[in-house]
Amino acid sequence: MPAAIYAEGLVKTFGDVRALDGVDIEVPEGSVLGLLGPNGAGKTTAVRVLTTLLRPDSGRAEVAGFDVVTHPGEVRRSIGLSGQFAAIDDYLTGRENLQMVGQLYQLTARDARRRADALLERFNLADAGDRTAKTYSGGMRRRLDLAAALVISPPVMFMDEPTTGLDPRNRMALWAVIEELVAGGTTLLLTTQYLEEADHLADSIAVVDHGQVIARGTSDELKSRSGGDVVEVVVHAREHLPVAERILRRLGDGDTTLVEHTRKLSVPAAGGAKLLAEVIRELDGEGVEIDDIGLRRPTLDDVFISLTGHGAEEENGTPATDEATGEEGEK
Amino acid sequence: MSITAQEPSPKPIPRPGDRVSFRQSWRDSMVVAKRNLLRMLRIPEVVIFGLVQPIMFVVLFSYVFGGSITLPGAGNDSGAYREFLMGGIFAQTVTFATAGASAGIAEDMQKGIIDRFRSLPMARGAVLTGRTFADLVQTAVILLVLALVALLVGWRMREGVVDAVAGFGLLLLLGYAFTWIGALIGLSVRTPEAATSGGLVWLFPLTFVSVAFVPSENMPSVLQPVAEWNPFSATVLAARELFGNLPPHYEAPDAWPMQHPALASLLWSILIIAVFRTLAVRKYKRAAS
Repeated sequence: MPAAIYAEGLVKTFGDVRALDGVDIEVPEGSVLGLLGPNGAGKTTAVRVLTTLLRPDSGRAEVAGFDVVTHPGEVRRSIGLSGQFAAIDDYLTGRENLQMVGQLYQLTARDARRRADALLERFNLADAGDRTAKTYSGGMRRRLDLAAALVISPPVMFMDEPTTGLDPRNRMALWAVIEELVAGGTTLLLTTQYLEEADHLADSIAVVDHGQVIARGTSDELKSRSGGDVVEVVVHAREHLPVAERILRRLGDGDTTLVEHTRKLSVPAAGGAKLLAEVIRELDGEGVEIDDIGLRRPTLDDVFISLTGHGAEEENGTPATDEATGEEGEK
Repeated sequence: MSITAQEPSPKPIPRPGDRVSFRQSWRDSMVVAKRNLLRMLRIPEVVIFGLVQPIMFVVLFSYVFGGSITLPGAGNDSGAYREFLMGGIFAQTVTFATAGASAGIAEDMQKGIIDRFRSLPMARGAVLTGRTFADLVQTAVILLVLALVALLVGWRMREGVVDAVAGFGLLLLLGYAFTWIGALIGLSVRTPEAATSGGLVWLFPLTFVSVAFVPSENMPSVLQPVAEWNPFSATVLAARELFGNLPPHYEAPDAWPMQHPALASLLWSILIIAVFRTLAVRKYKRAAS
């Protein structure tokens, strides 16, 4: 299958910060790649290079078969971009926003109007279409922003943290929209800080940290790389934690982790269910009362910790606005 | 319900390659201008506040300072200063549009709207051209209202329709030229707040060290050449000439722009547009293509 998005050795520096430090990306046509990483990892910079907003210092990238540096116009005709902040004009109505974007995608005024009507209908904004976007809720703004990115049904879509700042209900609604879009054959590159989101939407995931892709694969592949299943125990009383920890350390296949205030212990368990049964027997034998116990598949958070030594939510010493400030230098 | 498959999406007007025709540039600029004009209609405060200041200046200068400023060649005619003043106020008003352009563009940058425009297959200069066109329309509206107020306090156009139209034309051209300076400022600062003050501060020395409010003869000799070669002064003097607002025995300073104010005003404006449009469009594009 040909790659709809292809990047090789992308490097972009802002002053001392290497926002991209040799990134390779390949997204086959019709599939979804999740770029997963903490703030400041370089995700937004990667999207900005691929959408022709930034010129890479070195490396090469093609989107929909066109080089982003030498044929930016062709690339722009083939992509839709939905950014981290809803890029809509507050003082225009939803309909006017979509019409404007349609015309700037070089649709005729009539086609732009028809397309705006259809999109408002599909994104449940028909009733709000003639109100200024200022009056929209956060969820509505994101939907309008996404609709604007879909005006020409581009074959390749970029979404930069599409659900950041949305409440869970709106996030689910947006996921449904994205799934529908992908079912229609659109190639999608999406960035996210939410491991759950990448897990849910992406066919394959590239984990980004400090401007480099540090791991890639399907969600399952990444999970198994972090050592497979984990036994997790919540004991009833805090004084039982030391006993329980000793048992887990003896039976488990790696280091235990302990969270005092939730009385939760966990340990890698290559032995799976068999080990779980053993743990229950031993704890019972020592008279440790158990509130909850189970075998769980590792989350992508576990993956992230095993890959980078820190959690995905951590700022790893860079301010949350690192990417934003990095770009300021370019403007 | 599918977003992509249900209805074939309309085909863009085909445009081979990356070349952008003049027609497309014009069309894209008009789309952006329309957007900015709609915004102005929905935030009328901007236009209203744009009017308050010049009207205040008209009243303050003509009634508070008017009596104590004497014009060479005007004798004791107290109405002469009021008449003389209007060209200065008009020119100052059109240049203050700069702050609107810089704040608007800085806000679009901050909100990610410029990023969206940049990712669209549109003409590269159109975002800025559209913005400056919309500002030009707004400036024209403000200038019209201000002229009506000026007529009320006794200002007159005494040289006929053609000269009056030429006078307003030169004023608007200067205002348009200055919005390109504003566009460059808006693209260069980090916040709309900085853009507002950055778009304004330098306008005060520019407009006061000029022939706008007092004749250059009344200034210290170091400032005289500065005021006389100030692009702003040429337009002010040209407007006065074309409106017939100079005192009967007025002698223009010897500096070339003061001897040929209309031509100097035209040349200055064209030069400012050429330089700042190039810089602003380059700044806008720099990140991409």
